Amino acid sequence: MDKIVIEHLTLTYSDGTESLKDVSLNIKANTITVLFGPAGGGKSSLLRVLNRLNDLADVTVLKGKALINGQDILSPDIDVNDLRRRVGMVFSRPAALPLSIYENVAYGLVMAGMKNRKKLDEAVEQALRQSVLWDEVKDRLNDPGSALSGGQQQRMCLARVLALQPEIILLDEPTSALDPLATAKIEELLRELKEKFTIVIAPHNTQQSARISDMAAFFLQGELVEYAPAETIFTVPKDKRTQDYITGRFG
Amino acid sequence: MRKRRLIPQQAQKIGFAGLSLLSLITVIPIIAIVIYIFIQGTPAISWEFLTGMPSNGMKSGGLWPAIIGTFYLTVGTAIFSVPLGIAAAIYIAEYAPNNQWTRLIRIAIINLAGIPSVVYGLFGLGLFVVFLNFGTSILAASLTLSIMTLPVIISTTEEALRAVPTSFRVVSISLGATRWQTIKRVVLPQALPGILTGVILGLERAAGETAPILFTGAAFFLPQLPHSMFDATMALPYHLFVISTQVPGMPIQIQYGTVLVLLLFVLGMNIAATLIRSRARARRQW
Ligand SMILES: Nc1ncnc2c1ncn2[C@@H]1O[C@H](COP(=O)(O)OP(=O)(O)OP(=O)(O)O)[C@@H](O)[C@H]1O
Ligand SMILES: [Mg+2]
Repeated sequence: MDKIVIEHLTLTYSDGTESLKDVSLNIKANTITVLFGPAGGGKSSLLRVLNRLNDLADVTVLKGKALINGQDILSPDIDVNDLRRRVGMVFSRPAALPLSIYENVAYGLVMAGMKNRKKLDEAVEQALRQSVLWDEVKDRLNDPGSALSGGQQQRMCLARVLALQPEIILLDEPTSALDPLATAKIEELLRELKEKFTIVIAPHNTQQSARISDMAAFFLQGELVEYAPAETIFTVPKDKRTQDYITGRFG
Repeated sequence: MRKRRLIPQQAQKIGFAGLSLLSLITVIPIIAIVIYIFIQGTPAISWEFLTGMPSNGMKSGGLWPAIIGTFYLTVGTAIFSVPLGIAAAIYIAEYAPNNQWTRLIRIAIINLAGIPSVVYGLFGLGLFVVFLNFGTSILAASLTLSIMTLPVIISTTEEALRAVPTSFRVVSISLGATRWQTIKRVVLPQALPGILTGVILGLERAAGETAPILFTGAAFFLPQLPHSMFDATMALPYHLFVISTQVPGMPIQIQYGTVLVLLLFVLGMNIAATLIRSRARARRQW
């Protein structure tokens, strides 16, 4: 059984844009899957389906199936808060909550009801070590999260998700606001993290997609054009539209 | 060709000077009035004036029952209007679906804030004094003032809530927090300074109003302090109205002294609010 199964998923917003058109794809555990393609392709929309963040948007039509571990996540009976703890999300602009570094990382756990200070301390340290930020912030955990540099903030956001020990990590253009060095750090981190987690990412450029992906899916105006292993899709794409995009003929 | 055009720096300077002048024109009369009141009113201020009972047909003695009355009315108004107003604003800003009903309610609230205060007074007379049989009392007057204050508190609180970036809410929800947790932990602390401003603005207006309490709880003259919330009370703004229009031969000094006390009362609320607000801001520099 694949970790994530998406079947015939169609999603329309209230303004009538069909952002996903009959999309089907399966994602294996412990892989990095890249969603790429030109703006408005539906990458963010698909990511937001996977942790039901689309519940906050004006979605009028949502048809098809989305399963995680075989469980229907679109079902109205599902505990969405629990789902969001299992399927974490890192956003494009580093989005520190207006709280301290410690409180940012502990946020999800505290909201889930964890009160034991010692356990929280441990979880925060472990998450910050996992995102390779611990040594930089261990002496200033009570500083505001927004006082960190962009790259550090993004690793803090990652730590915030890791603290919840999720199964899946979604990243929507996580490095679009970062310099090349900070970007390289995050990419390296993701390669390590895939040992433990399933990663789905919408990078902000094709080079990054090629660098980090195991599998890659090309989206064009809501349509999944091609879905294949990274080795093939970036070198010998089957579809003419994928080829045009990769060679820079549009997008 | 372009020799008569201003360069941007000059234009900015002229614009800035113009705006400064305009704000000066609006501020000068206010400052002048305040200074005049201070000059005229200060000689009347004494310990006796602040803490004594009025005597000799209010022509001498003190303001104590009016001061304490206005204090009671303001506290009463706060008790009814602040929790309810903030709760209503949270509902409208964070929970209510964005449909025409919500829009209608929002417009109604904004319009309510513009209704003349005497209308609230008559409404309070009908509902609280007569229908609910509270009599002319601190309770009825506080409730009337609350109804007048609510729209101000609701709309400023709503605005403060809406000014909190949506991304904070999305991030919080994405980490598994419920809506209410998100509001409590992220949105409210961010909006607090704005909410406080609205609350104080509303309560200040309540403290200074005469018309809403005229028929609902204000007394012309009482020889003693109110004993319960079902008693009528003297109040500074109404007392001022009485001594400046209803009592012949009233020493002008006492009138100005009373004005000064009312002014200081409101000013005190303002300063308290500013202090609390800057504290709330300082605690979070982000
Ligand atoms: N909350 C929303 N409400 C209405 N329409 C939306 C919303 N979010 C996205 N859309 C529309 O859905 C389509 C797909 O958007 P989506 O953000 O999923 O694309 P994307 O592939 O992530 O693009 P980008 O590369 O620009 O991030 C676009 O036409 C967009 O305008
Ligand atoms: Mg996107």
